[in-house]
Amino acid sequence: MLRLPVFAACLALLPGLAPASDEAVSTFLLDNGMQVVVVEDHRAPVVQHMVWYRAGSADEPKGSSGVAHFLEHLLFKATDTLESGELSATVARNGGRDNAFTSYDYTAYFQRVAADRLEIMMRMEADRMRNIRLTENDIETERQVIIEERNQRTESNPSALFGEQVAAAQYLNHRYGAPIIGWMHEMQTLDMDDALGFYETYYAPNNAILVVSGDVTPEEVRRLAEQYYGVIPANPDLPARIRTEEPPQTAERRLIYRDARVAQPYVRRSYLAPERDPGAQEAAAALTFLAEILGGGTTSYLADALQFDSQIATYSAAFYRGVSLDDTTFDLVVVPRPDVSLQEAEDALDAALAQFMTDGVDLAQLERIKLQIRADQIYARDDVDRIANRYGQALASGLTVEDVQAWPEILDAVTEEDILQAARDVLDRRASVTGWLMREEAIQ
Amino acid sequence: MIRFVLTVVVLLSLPLSVRAEVEIQEVTSDRGLTAWLVEDHAIPFVALEIRFRGGASLDAPGKRGAINLMTALLDDGAGDLDARGFARETEALATGFGFDVSDDALSVSARFLTENKAESMALLRAALLEPRFDPDAIERVRGQVLTGIRADAKDPDSIAARTFDRIAFGDHPYASSLNGTEESVAALTRDDLLAAHRAVLARDRIYISAVGDITPEQLSTLMDELLADLPAEGAPMPDRVEVAIPGGMTVVPFDTPQSVALFGQPGLAQDHPDYFTAIVLNQVLGGGGFESRLMSEVREKRGLTYGVYSYLAPKDFGEVYLGSVRSANDRIAEAIAVIREEWAKAAAEGITQEELDDAKTYMTGAYPLRFDGNGPIARIMVGMQMLGLPIDYIATRNERVEAVTLADVRRVAGDLLDPEGLHFVVVGQPLGLETTAGN
Repeated sequence: MLRLPVFAACLALLPGLAPASDEAVSTFLLDNGMQVVVVEDHRAPVVQHMVWYRAGSADEPKGSSGVAHFLEHLLFKATDTLESGELSATVARNGGRDNAFTSYDYTAYFQRVAADRLEIMMRMEADRMRNIRLTENDIETERQVIIEERNQRTESNPSALFGEQVAAAQYLNHRYGAPIIGWMHEMQTLDMDDALGFYETYYAPNNAILVVSGDVTPEEVRRLAEQYYGVIPANPDLPARIRTEEPPQTAERRLIYRDARVAQPYVRRSYLAPERDPGAQEAAAALTFLAEILGGGTTSYLADALQFDSQIATYSAAFYRGVSLDDTTFDLVVVPRPDVSLQEAEDALDAALAQFMTDGVDLAQLERIKLQIRADQIYARDDVDRIANRYGQALASGLTVEDVQAWPEILDAVTEEDILQAARDVLDRRASVTGWLMREEAIQ
Repeated sequence: MIRFVLTVVVLLSLPLSVRAEVEIQEVTSDRGLTAWLVEDHAIPFVALEIRFRGGASLDAPGKRGAINLMTALLDDGAGDLDARGFARETEALATGFGFDVSDDALSVSARFLTENKAESMALLRAALLEPRFDPDAIERVRGQVLTGIRADAKDPDSIAARTFDRIAFGDHPYASSLNGTEESVAALTRDDLLAAHRAVLARDRIYISAVGDITPEQLSTLMDELLADLPAEGAPMPDRVEVAIPGGMTVVPFDTPQSVALFGQPGLAQDHPDYFTAIVLNQVLGGGGFESRLMSEVREKRGLTYGVYSYLAPKDFGEVYLGSVRSANDRIAEAIAVIREEWAKAAAEGITQEELDDAKTYMTGAYPLRFDGNGPIARIMVGMQMLGLPIDYIATRNERVEAVTLADVRRVAGDLLDPEGLHFVVVGQPLGLETTAGN
């Protein structure tokens, strides 16, 4: 959930799959517990300044879904020293761009600006970590804005509404089952106390990560960070990040979502899956390959089986989101051709998965993927902001700097047997959610 | 192997003291192809951008969608390789190709490691010169295009865009979707795709740029091997379109909780003497970010929307000035009323000195931030060539912004902004809005 809509999203070839070798990355801790990451690139006099909070929608109290994202919007209002809107106006007046985003496990704020403006950014960002001053009018108006945001992203989009239902069915007992933007009926009741309660609890230096990338040195970042962030006291009452966990899934779950606005019906399958854990990323590495091998594009196993050999589908894909604090999901999608039913598409998917377990991994394909991962270490140097984002996201999701730096080698060591074992462990239909997105049935 | 190299050093001034340097060389090959190059050997890869002017607007009569389908098939089997073979080869080289087509250009974006240059360019040459258009590939990709067309028919944004384009562009190709219709795409034959290929991919409309680990000599050779065997001439360019948009409102009923509004009026060509002034004006009125008047009035003060924007949309053969907003069905009328008021207010009064100063600081400061990577720089340079901008344009661009005066903006606001002529297309179930007479 972004505070401001953006027109284009960048999809990396293999998200999260790159490396530490040639990166100029430094990390250190401030005395108050704030973690700092610096990624250097001196080719252009530009910096990106980001602050990530280890607080996202899955940390919200029951009954106030959407408050993490609501608060993200409210952080652009007044502080003790800034008028409402002044932070963004100041960034713009300095030729920069700013925005913020909220996810399940984190909320992040960033500015991209000429390198000599870093200090101004830090001064303002540090200010709003502790000093926001909200009015009832801010609450009223901005609540309308997030409701319109939900209207735009979710209510206007049958695929998004369907996705919410699939996630809710997947997570019986964990907050990943509630949408990041919130359920509409709870968003409508969010108030000043909800917002400030979340703010007071989670917005503190010992719950934050500063990530600066671009034309800076670690020494300069340390000096400024100590001056602006280092003086903010830690929150001694910061709660441990312990959430209700999912029970073992013992029943296959199925759902049908119908909407007159659906142009293209499809099948989606979701399985609960392990995430990247600190010091234990091997299973996630194998799943990362499994997603790429099964559904990573034209050369993938499912594309072969469903789009080329049998021509059942116009599109198929697999998704795995390894960076997550708690159990994540492994997802499959099959969009059938118009003359193919959803049942036929689902049957073909299951048949292809079964056949994959018999066929095993195409070793040439595995080698090509590994080669692309190595090549991405070269391409990534052209986009240090992407490296910076990778660190911010990982550190806010329970991983360490060492985990991030070990990841490329762990990926490189994955074997065929690891991938098949991950497939056997995760792709269990009895512990899955299968959703059908359908048109409203015609009334005769 | 190289005929001509012209070098221009461009300093990008950032506010205060910081400066970035982009050194652009114009490289002309033995066989007469020209490219702009930024040589940078820091990272061992190259970004290459190629554009063919005309794009999907060169579709032959009755063949709407042919160029789009042709573009989607370029890498779906080429030379000795079928679709999957081609994809496997690009993966094995860790090379990336992107093929896309818009109303005004077919674009090719390539990224390859220095060590794989020869093999990568051989693959790209096959895609550009020897696409196979295998019957099974045609049917597979046709199915994907038809899926997209059906999805657009139920998507409020697409419905709004199609409706607005019909009103603005009459019988010009811009008036219809470059995807074609279900009927036109279903009827396309392999011969139609071959004809589309001949119409678009020709040397008389090509623009090339490269950034990264490559010398002028290497680029010169690369261009000749890659592109010199393309036909010399393609299809004639489309005519200009006289944009005539009647003021008013068109409501397209669609059952959804939030209405989408697309609004617009005639715009300005990019080579118009007032274009920069208009860009500055729009930055204040409805440009990106939180600071514009539209964002401030519609979102920040009233909470009527998540986002509202306006932007100049100069196409090669006709220009519009567009904007968009989304609000709940019972609030869209108020959002539109506020936008109309702001349009009228800016037309009558222009902007303030403070707004002008802020817009200039933002625009001049943000410009150097765009040059942040080999791919982005290559895309900027190919875009500059298509606009006919001089090779030293980057150095002069901020001066052009700085030169805009408050009086200029007031004059252009009065000339350009036409509150009465603004036309709104609203898709949804908007309360209190109706289609105006004559639409």
